[in-house]
Parts: sequence; structure tokens; C-alpha cells
Amino acid sequence: MSGHPGWEAVIGLEIHVQLATRAKIFSGAANRFGAPPNSLACPVDLGLPGVLPVLNEAPVRMAVKFGLAVGAEICPRSSFDRKNYFYPDLPKGYQISQFERPVVGAGRLEVRLEDGDSIEVGIVRAHLEEDAGKSVHDAYPGETGVDLNRAGAPLLEVVSAPDLRTPEQASAFFRQMHSLVRYLGICDGDLSQGSMRCDVNLSVRPTGEEKLGERAEVKNLNSFRFVEKALRYEIDRQVELRERGLPVERETRLYDSAQDETRPMRGKEQSDDYRYFPDPDLPPLEIDDAFIAAVRAELPELPWERRARFLKECGLVEYDADRLTRDPDIADYFEAALAAVGSAKPTAEGGDQEGREATARQAKLAANWILGELARHLNQEGLGFAECRLPAAALGALITRIEDQTVSGKTAKTLFDALWEEAAAGADERPAASSVQEALQLVDGLIEARGLRQLSDRGELQALVAEVVAAHPKQAEQFRAGRDKVLGFFVGKLMAATGGKANPQQVNALLREALRAPS
Amino acid sequence: MRPFPSLRRLADGLARREWSSAELTEAALQRAKRLDGALNCFITLDEDKAMAAAERADQLLGAAPATPLTGVPLAHKDIFCMKGWRTTCASRMLADFVAPYTATAIARLEDAGCVTLGKLNMDEFAMGSSTETSHFGPTANPWSLERSPGGSSGGSAACVAAGITAAASGTDTGGSIRQPAGFCGLVGLKPTYGKVSRYGMIAFASSLDQGGVLARSAEDAALVLSYMAGFDPRDSTSSKRRDPWLEAVPQAGVGALEDGPLTIGLVKEFFAEPPVGGQLIEAARRSLEGLGLRCVDLSLPNVNMAMPAYYVIAGAEASTNLARYDGVRFGHRCAEPGSLADLYERSRSEGFGAEVKRRILTGTYALSAGYFDAYYIRAQKIRRLVAQDFAAAFAQADLLLAPTSPGVAFRRGQLLDDPLAMYQQDAYTIPVNLAGLPALSLPCGLQDGLPVGFQLIANHFDERRLLQAGAALQRVTDWHEQRPSLDWAEAA
Repeated sequence: MSGHPGWEAVIGLEIHVQLATRAKIFSGAANRFGAPPNSLACPVDLGLPGVLPVLNEAPVRMAVKFGLAVGAEICPRSSFDRKNYFYPDLPKGYQISQFERPVVGAGRLEVRLEDGDSIEVGIVRAHLEEDAGKSVHDAYPGETGVDLNRAGAPLLEVVSAPDLRTPEQASAFFRQMHSLVRYLGICDGDLSQGSMRCDVNLSVRPTGEEKLGERAEVKNLNSFRFVEKALRYEIDRQVELRERGLPVERETRLYDSAQDETRPMRGKEQSDDYRYFPDPDLPPLEIDDAFIAAVRAELPELPWERRARFLKECGLVEYDADRLTRDPDIADYFEAALAAVGSAKPTAEGGDQEGREATARQAKLAANWILGELARHLNQEGLGFAECRLPAAALGALITRIEDQTVSGKTAKTLFDALWEEAAAGADERPAASSVQEALQLVDGLIEARGLRQLSDRGELQALVAEVVAAHPKQAEQFRAGRDKVLGFFVGKLMAATGGKANPQQVNALLREALRAPS
Repeated sequence: MRPFPSLRRLADGLARREWSSAELTEAALQRAKRLDGALNCFITLDEDKAMAAAERADQLLGAAPATPLTGVPLAHKDIFCMKGWRTTCASRMLADFVAPYTATAIARLEDAGCVTLGKLNMDEFAMGSSTETSHFGPTANPWSLERSPGGSSGGSAACVAAGITAAASGTDTGGSIRQPAGFCGLVGLKPTYGKVSRYGMIAFASSLDQGGVLARSAEDAALVLSYMAGFDPRDSTSSKRRDPWLEAVPQAGVGALEDGPLTIGLVKEFFAEPPVGGQLIEAARRSLEGLGLRCVDLSLPNVNMAMPAYYVIAGAEASTNLARYDGVRFGHRCAEPGSLADLYERSRSEGFGAEVKRRILTGTYALSAGYFDAYYIRAQKIRRLVAQDFAAAFAQADLLLAPTSPGVAFRRGQLLDDPLAMYQQDAYTIPVNLAGLPALSLPCGLQDGLPVGFQLIANHFDERRLLQAGAALQRVTDWHEQRPSLDWAEAA
């Protein structure tokens, strides 16, 4: 392992996915974030005397969806158990979970790594459970508030096999899970609001050894970066202990991002006994083949399927395909932009060579613009692609005008900025240019209004070239004497003369032509 | 009106305008106030709410659609949550708890027009067989004030036996309807598990708890059940099975014994120790034979293991059902907690009585790592064996006959310090709850001035034969017409 030669880390993740259902898992109360404290907790969520849980179908449907996407077996008769512990944000004194028989059994997930490799990670199980409320420690000095809006929110807890070996693999797995649940539409994926939380289990062992070392668990990590950082810290800590001949304690730790370290959460003397037993209020959850078939029919195109299609249909390189398909909103934007480019459409099969090349070129352009300028602009404003005000068709129109050389690649940036401002300003006033036609009109209007049209008229350029060459006989002589670099000087002059609008390829060709001719 | 009128008689009188609901309710309230000083069967008696409900009922009675229960005063075990009513479960923990919802079983009775007089005393969280573990003091038996009315639905039994209401709701986890019915000379119906919704009924042991009714006749018990029962989408364990016979009871009554001749199985294990008043039970059996029922002896070989299994399972479920009473959101909270652990510890220590604590502790123990298999899992196996025994028995018989309790009402305080002896009270009732079966306790005469009861047990969802047999017996006998003298009230 890099940093610790001779040592290997063994990592498994437990990811809590907050399911994006309208109601909670066992009550009819609304399941959403951001409402005033305790305004979304009904008697069932509050655990008042005599109330009973009733399982809603929506979370079950989502769990099955996830199970099918990772090729897992769906348990025909799973069951709910009570996990007993006292905490102020746990209203009933127990959490309803699935301990013995989870709804989703073993599956697997292929994970793309940053370096382009992929690994297969086992999914051990995924089970349904209810979330607890939230303890609020900073609202009242010296007191702890309890907000039960989240109590009873449906969670899918996905447990990976200990197949991960590095912090990077672990965060890539988390990222792949994040991508998958967004594609499936079962989670909003908002990490900052705790929609996905991750517990990591890590142990280290000498490379080549089969036996697992004692593991520590780090709880409640809510970003890809924190997963990596917490694991790096843990590896350092555990390897150091082992190298000094000290034991690693089996314990639960918390990651402190401010100090970039993990700390024990509770003492080992308090080993938890959750006293799991079947919840007598809930009969077994029976899922038949018809239900599974119906959910299977609802499965959307999955991230890896879309990636494969982009590679095949658009001739994208893997790096771009990975980044475009990670987030379904980006992939949607990309497809919409590409569809709006010129008349060239993505050609699946049979398209002629020329058509395929055009598609690949346009796709590359679209990918560059989306992953470059657009992502940068969105990032600056803290927006996601779903909130992007610049219509994909407008970006498509911009690419069309680059393709037909109306604008140069360089002025296209100015044009993009103009489009971005226009979209931002016009967002509230008029409907966005969403049709290809409207988008082209918008783009062409901006090109004219801001004088961004590329100068491609051969006669006009020829005259300018002749002028510049005549004005600098010394430099022309140097070029003819073989100093090829001097061409750049002339290009600069010409660009200056045209305000950067001259078509660079044409300028290059015309300059060479003029300079070769004897004066 | 003759004293101790039946529900049917009250309903007929209301329909014929012989009396109004307000008159009935006023009379019931007066009787309650006169007797309750000695009985202590009410935790809450609310004259204003009761009279308001009676006036609404009288308006309904003037127009359609009224039901046979419209305007009839009833009272409910204080385990059923009722919107706007204090619901205590006889515990200090919930002494001031007012639920924002009404239990489905009670809501159905109120929808039918019943008038609620008040909430009835019980053992704390239904844990007990004497109504002595109540935070609100013990209830007395109307037949003999120094005796227990049984429990945990002792308040319900005392209320009906004293003629304050014609029926009252109760709950039965291990015999809590049948044993007090037996001790007070009443009919006590414990329906099939899943027949009556548990929503809003404060949980003791979820897989065993079942709401039911105490009344003075099988006919009246059936009438109340017909409104309480039925599928409830808010209770995942409630049954979707329709019962057309029960739905017709308000109009047609229980009816004559159908599809006879029936076979009654006498469970030999339940008669191994001769019960007090055994000759009275024998007389009841002969009366049933006189109705054309045939008796056979049979055995439930595993039934002697039922009691320990029950105390493991009920305790285990109770230990987590009662975890919500932590002083955080509702219920008793200790004064000035110094820490979270202190808040939990003192709120629960102060809020729960000794018997509740005993069950929480044994239940927690049975679920703990290292003991789970030896206790909880083994108890579940026994539960399955007992259920299989009953299934085999119902292959040979339509109904089973057993004593309700080993003896008649015991003196108050007699068993309070001997929990195991107290638990023995439920030896014949507990197996029925483990198997989820319906059972009916019926009075069969007096032993030294105290009522003796016996129970009939039916197969799942066969309330029809249970109640038809009970009603048929009560048409040819008059044990259910015997009343306590209440001379103590005249003296007072």
C-alpha cells in the first residue's frame, strides 16, 4: 500500500440512503427536509402510546429497484426487527430495521476508478429501516433540542463486502452508489443535507496475510472527500499501532473534519447489545414475482448502460463518458445539447463514416463545453445541472456556430459568457430558448450584436494579409530565410487588425501563401 | 326498568322512547358516583362529556341512522386512547397523558352512538391479575368488597357487575378479560388475535394483546363485538377477513346453534388440578350436553409449558413497548434531571410500579445477548407447539371447555407479594393467547357466594360458534342472571 509498504487495508462501507418518498416509511407524515422543527412528526413518528407502524409501499418499491439494479436477489419474505436503544431522538426507544432477513440479498456493483480501471464490489445486503430524529445541540445554550421531522424517514442501508483496498476505491464506490441512486430516482443524493451517509469499516493486515485485522468503524461521513480523508487517517493510525506492536481496538470512531482526525465515539466498555427481535407489530414483508416484474419494467437506463451507449453512439473517450454519465442531470444536458447541434444527429448504427466523425467531433465539443466552461460557471454560483438556466439547446446552437466556423473557438468563450449572462438575466422574464430554432436565433443575435462573427471572407482577408506583409518587409525577409516562427508575428498583427475575429486557419494559409510569393 | 338491564333491553327502550339516552346516562352516572367510592372502578368519570354525548345520541335517535347502541352508556378500560380524554393505563407514567387520537375499537363504538361514561381502572399497563397494581388504587369486587375483581380488566368487570353499565371494553393479553369476568360472574369475550384493531390500545405485549368485551350475556357481548371488530388499515396485524354472521348480529342477534351437533373437547391438562367450583363447571358441561353437544376428552400435551413461554414472550415485548416512556416527549418526567442517564433512570423509576419494572427487567434479560436463544427463541418454539396442540384438538372438537381460573376471587392483598402465585391465576387462559384463539368465559354459579366461571375456546375466527353456544346455554340456564347484593352500598 502506498505510504505503508508491506500493509494492506481492508475496507467495507455501509451507506444509508434516504429514500425520496412522499411519506415516511411507517406513517403518512410527509418526508422532506427543511420544515420547522417537529412540524412533520405525526403520532406514529412521535411513538405515542398505542400507535402502530404500517409499512408503506413506496420504500419497498425503491428498495427492490435498487436490488434489481445491482443484480441482487429480492427476498420473497423479509421481516422487520426492533433494534433497542435509548436516545432522545429515537422516540420509541427502538428503531424498526431489518436484521435477520433483509429485503435485498447479495449483489454486486462495478465501480469505475479515477485512473480508468474498474473493480467489482460485492453488495452483501440492503435493508429497509426508519431513520431517527435529530438532536440539535446549538439552538439553546446548555440544552439539547430534539427535532423529530426526520424520525421515521425511510432509509435503505446498503452494506458492501470488504472488497475495497484503498481510500480512493472507497470513495469511488460511494460515488458510484451516489450516481446509481440518483439514476434510480430513489434518493435526491444531497449529501449536505444527509441524504446519503456512510459508515466505513477498516482494518489493516500485512500484505499477503489472509486473516483480517481487528477493525474500527468510522461513522457518519457525508462527503466523498471525508471518506477518503478519514480512511487515510485511520490507515495511518492503525498501521502505526501495529508497527509498534500495539493492538487495534474494535471501536466506533467519529471523523472530525476540522482536525482531520478520527476519535473514539464511545468507550469500549459499553459494548452495545441492541436486543434485536422480530417486531410483533409488523407481519413479514411478502414480495411476489409480479411485483418484482413490475418494478423491473420501471427500471431506467442505468449509469453504466448510459456510459456504454455514449461510448458507442458518440465516440466519446472513456474519461469524458465517465464524467458525463456520473450525474444523470449532466448526461441529460449533454444529450439535449448534442441533439440541438446542427443537423447532425447521433448515429447509432449504420451512419456513414463522415456522419460518425461529425458526431464524435460535436460530442467532444459538447463534452468539453459542459465539463469545462459550463461546469465552472455553475460551480461558481453553487448550482447543479438541474438548476442550470442556460438551456442545453443554446449550448447546442453555440456548438453549431463553432462547427460552421461562424465563430472561432476563441470568441466562442466570449459568446458563451454573453449567453450565460443573457440566460441569467432573462430567466424570470421570458421563456428560455428551448427549441433548436429559438436557440439559434438567440445565439445568432448575440453574435451580431456583439460583433463576434469570424472574418472568413477570402478576399477581405487577402487584402489585409497583403497590407500587413507589405508593412513589415524585414520580418517577411526573415520568414523567407527559413525562420518559420516569424509567422506567429504576422498572425498576431492580423488578429490585432481584425479584433481577433479573423479565421485563424485561413489567416495561416493566406499568410504562408503571401510570404512565399516574392515581394 | 328492572335493575341490571341488558344492552338489548336498553336499546329497545331507547328505540321505543321509553327512556332517553340522557336519562340512561344520568342514571348510570348517579349509580357510578354512589358505588365508586367503595369500588374504585373508574379512573376518570366525566359527567360533562357523557351528558353531551347522550344529548347528541338523543338527537340521532330522533332521526336516522341510529344503531342498537346509539345512546347506550358504556365505559372503557383506561388502556384505550380516546381523543380529549386522559388515558393513564393506570400508571403514574401516564397520569396526565391526553391522547390526540381515539383507539379504532372505541371510535367504532362511538361512531355507533355509544355514550362513554368514563375510563376504567386496571392493573398498571395491564400487567397483573388483580387490579391492585394500579397507580390509582385497587378496585374492589362488587360481590365482596374485600376481594379482588381479578385483572387486569378489573375496573371493567366491577363496573358491569355492579350494574353501572351493561357492558365495558377490556383487553386480554393472558386472561385479562376472562379471569375478571369469571371473578365477577360476567361473560368475558377475548376475540381471535387480529379481530379487533389494536390501534390506540396501549401496547403491553403486541403479539398477544387483544381488545374485547365484558358483559352480562353472550348476546350482549356479541352485540358490542360486532361494532368493535373489523379490519383496520392502521393495524398491520388486524385481519381482513369478513365475518357476515357478526355483521348481522345487531339486526339478527347471535342466533341458534347452527351446524350441530357440536363436539366439545374437555382438555384433561386443565382439569388435572380440580378447580374450585369444579362441580359447577361439571353442571355447565351437562347443560351443554343437554343442548345436544357431545363431549370428548382430549389432551394438549405441551400446554404445561405455556406459562413460562408466555412470561418470556410477554416480558420481552413489553420491555421494548415500554421503552418509549423515557420522560423526553410525554409522560412522567423526574424533577431537574442532572444528565440524560439521570432523566431516564429517575423518570422510569418513579413512573413505573413494581410489577411493570419486574416485567421490563425479565423481558430485557430474555432478549439480551447470550440469553436470547435460551429464552426468547425457546419460548417461541413452545408457542408453536402449543398452537399445534390446539390445531390438533380442533380436528377432534369444535369447542374446548376449561376452567377460567384455578379458583374464585381471592382476597385483596393475598397474592400481591407472591408474583408466581399471581401468575398461576392465568394458567388456563394464557395458552389461548399464545395460540391467538377466541375464548369466552361464562358464569356457572356461585361457590360460597362467589362466582365461578368456565371458558369455551374456539378455533381461529370462529366467534360465531363460541357465542352461539354461550347464548344457547344462557337461554336454558340462569347463572348469568345472578347479581351481587350490593348491600354494602345501601349501608353506605
